[in-house]
Amino acid sequence: MKRIALLGMPNTGKSTLFNRISGASARVGNWPGITVDLMSAKILLGGHIVELVDLPGIYDLHGFSDDEQVVRHFIEQNEIDLVMLTLNTSQLDRQLSLALQVRNLGLPTLLILNMADEARRSGVTVDVASMSVQLGMPVAMLSAKYGEGCQEALITAAATMNRSPHPAPEQLRAHLQTDDLIEREMDAIMASSVQMPMQMNDALSAKIDRIVLHPWLGLPIFFAALYVLFQFIFTAGQPLQNGVAWILGYVRGGMLEPWLANAPPWLHGLLLDGIYNGVGTVAAFVPLIVLFFLVMTMVEDSGYLSRAAFLTDALMAKMGLDGRGFVMLLMGFGCNVPALMGTRVMRSRPLRLLTMLVIPFSLCSARLQVFVFMIAALFTPNQAPVILLALYVMSFLATFTTALLFKGQFQNNEPFLLELPPYRFPTTRQIVMRGWHEVSHFLRRATKFIVIGVVLVWALTHFPGDVPPASSYTLAGMIGNALAPILTPIGIDGKLAIALIFGFVAKEIVIGSLAVIYGLSGDPLMQLIGQKLDWVQGFSFMLFTLIYTPCLSAIATLRNESKSNAFMWLSILWSLALAWVVSFVFYQSARLLGY
Amino acid sequence: MQCNLLTSLTSGEQATIRSIDAEEGLFQRMTAMGFRIGRQIELVRRASFSGPLHVRVGSTDVVLRQTEARRIQVSDTRPT
Ligand SMILES: Nc1nc2c(ncn2[C@@H]2O[C@H](COP(=O)(O)OP(=O)(O)OP(=O)(O)O)[C@@H](O)[C@H]2O)c(=O)[nH]1
Ligand SMILES: [Mg+2]
Repeated sequence: MKRIALLGMPNTGKSTLFNRISGASARVGNWPGITVDLMSAKILLGGHIVELVDLPGIYDLHGFSDDEQVVRHFIEQNEIDLVMLTLNTSQLDRQLSLALQVRNLGLPTLLILNMADEARRSGVTVDVASMSVQLGMPVAMLSAKYGEGCQEALITAAATMNRSPHPAPEQLRAHLQTDDLIEREMDAIMASSVQMPMQMNDALSAKIDRIVLHPWLGLPIFFAALYVLFQFIFTAGQPLQNGVAWILGYVRGGMLEPWLANAPPWLHGLLLDGIYNGVGTVAAFVPLIVLFFLVMTMVEDSGYLSRAAFLTDALMAKMGLDGRGFVMLLMGFGCNVPALMGTRVMRSRPLRLLTMLVIPFSLCSARLQVFVFMIAALFTPNQAPVILLALYVMSFLATFTTALLFKGQFQNNEPFLLELPPYRFPTTRQIVMRGWHEVSHFLRRATKFIVIGVVLVWALTHFPGDVPPASSYTLAGMIGNALAPILTPIGIDGKLAIALIFGFVAKEIVIGSLAVIYGLSGDPLMQLIGQKLDWVQGFSFMLFTLIYTPCLSAIATLRNESKSNAFMWLSILWSLALAWVVSFVFYQSARLLGY
Repeated sequence: MQCNLLTSLTSGEQATIRSIDAEEGLFQRMTAMGFRIGRQIELVRRASFSGPLHVRVGSTDVVLRQTEARRIQVSDTRPT
């Protein structure tokens, strides 16, 4: 099968083009370094099935950060039948150098001048024919985001691919070294084929920057915006969530109960009280998750992330991290796994490790579900946003404490150099694709982990069968009793302990298992939890859940990215210790103060 | 010709890049971002608490720490 590789500088729209051509949903965002791994899809081109590969962005062919290594290895080890080299038309003045370097590789190449829409708006014009002659490769101008010019480019791609012979991979290695005359040639091509206006910076972006990057107001604006966003997700998500819970209850009462009326009690229990309640309680959070990721998509695509890095770099530098690390924490709000992988853009290993050590404290959307649930059960609607904000603040504090304590071990002097892209806004198509992607991700997790998790919890709380379910004579009760000496001082009882053990695998299971343990779902479950726990216990439980470890996938990622078991264990043990100490200090002081 | 460090510019000032003193990896990254000798560079703003600088070279806006900015020498400083 023929193979096409999408190559280009970071943030030039490779993944957008990949999605446009293949219909896949690779992650897109207005931040250099969103894609850090290979992703491939099969497409039909000129009557043949072709493999299209989306690569991480590279600044040049010499790069040695981990994401750039991915590209280098790919180029060296695979036969490539066509390179679709993607550049941002408005930034040709610096990106053209990559085209000249790639041309020296001798691979069949189609040069894509992307973001034609933005180039037109800022008055950049390109003489495509003359550039093509000078470079000796076909050139196509298009807009991957809006689709303009894509069909024509594909036709050219098919023709270019079929025509050219390709050099063997071994021969390429020699070429990766030399690039001397590139600068002079670049100037010549720019002078004859590209016209750029003198003043070309996006006036709107400059105006927005004057406000959000204001020396004194910048950070307050950031935190205020964060608060408003979470407030919005929380208040808009709650009714949707109640709606889903109501539907699920209705289905159970109206359809499943009568249908299973004659089933043996254990099966009835396992299916309804176990799987249906457990999974249903988690499923009620789907609308919240969708809403959350819609907001995340807009933030990630706006270009604000780079601005956040600018605003926070001075603070992060004091903790041995940099502004990009802060952005990874923000991405971690969605899911810690891509945030951990996003650290590949860092070149220095100590900096990368330190950043990976703190990312797990970032309050991800799975933990958000647990908190939304617990907060609704234990606090009034007026208190709710404040409590949630307190948990986000705790998440940052855990990060900062960890970084300060460990920065001595992970010293680095990585340069900090980051592009600020213009502000952009995602299209409806992009938003919908991302929302759908997250929902399907969530559903996959649900079927994989959550079903198994709740079945296990159900089994633990119902064996042996001759004692009351979830009592201290069941397996779950015994485990709870065994852990009591550690967990009683932080106000966590045996039932919650079971939920925490399963939460180690995935946080979604926590609420699912609470539903199974208490044998209830929806409102009655919340009411029961409200009676069984006071707010001090509940908050201590949330603190522990926040800090003790994100989930099995995050740990596996941590292990893969660091390639070190010792580092993985350091992360796990440190998180557990910190979680216990924080909960202990909170719980005991609250009790001492008489709460 | 009088050369200054990039860090000596005040917000809104423009200058011409005269030299870049960085090890290979950083030098190449800077070149790829548009820092080249003879190019115009503008200091757009500075972050508070002696944080990074926001500069504009050609079509690209870049933020860089003062440590990195001190590797760049400029001349012909003038207001925009
Ligand atoms: N205006 C405009 N924006 C575009 C176009 N193509 C992509 N974008 C935007 O550019 C940003 C970067 O797009 P990506 O597809 O993530 O870029 P990438 O090259 O894959 O980036 P990395 O994976 O980080 O290297 C996103 O905000 C896109 O919405 C385009 O044709 N026009
Ligand atoms: Mg990408």
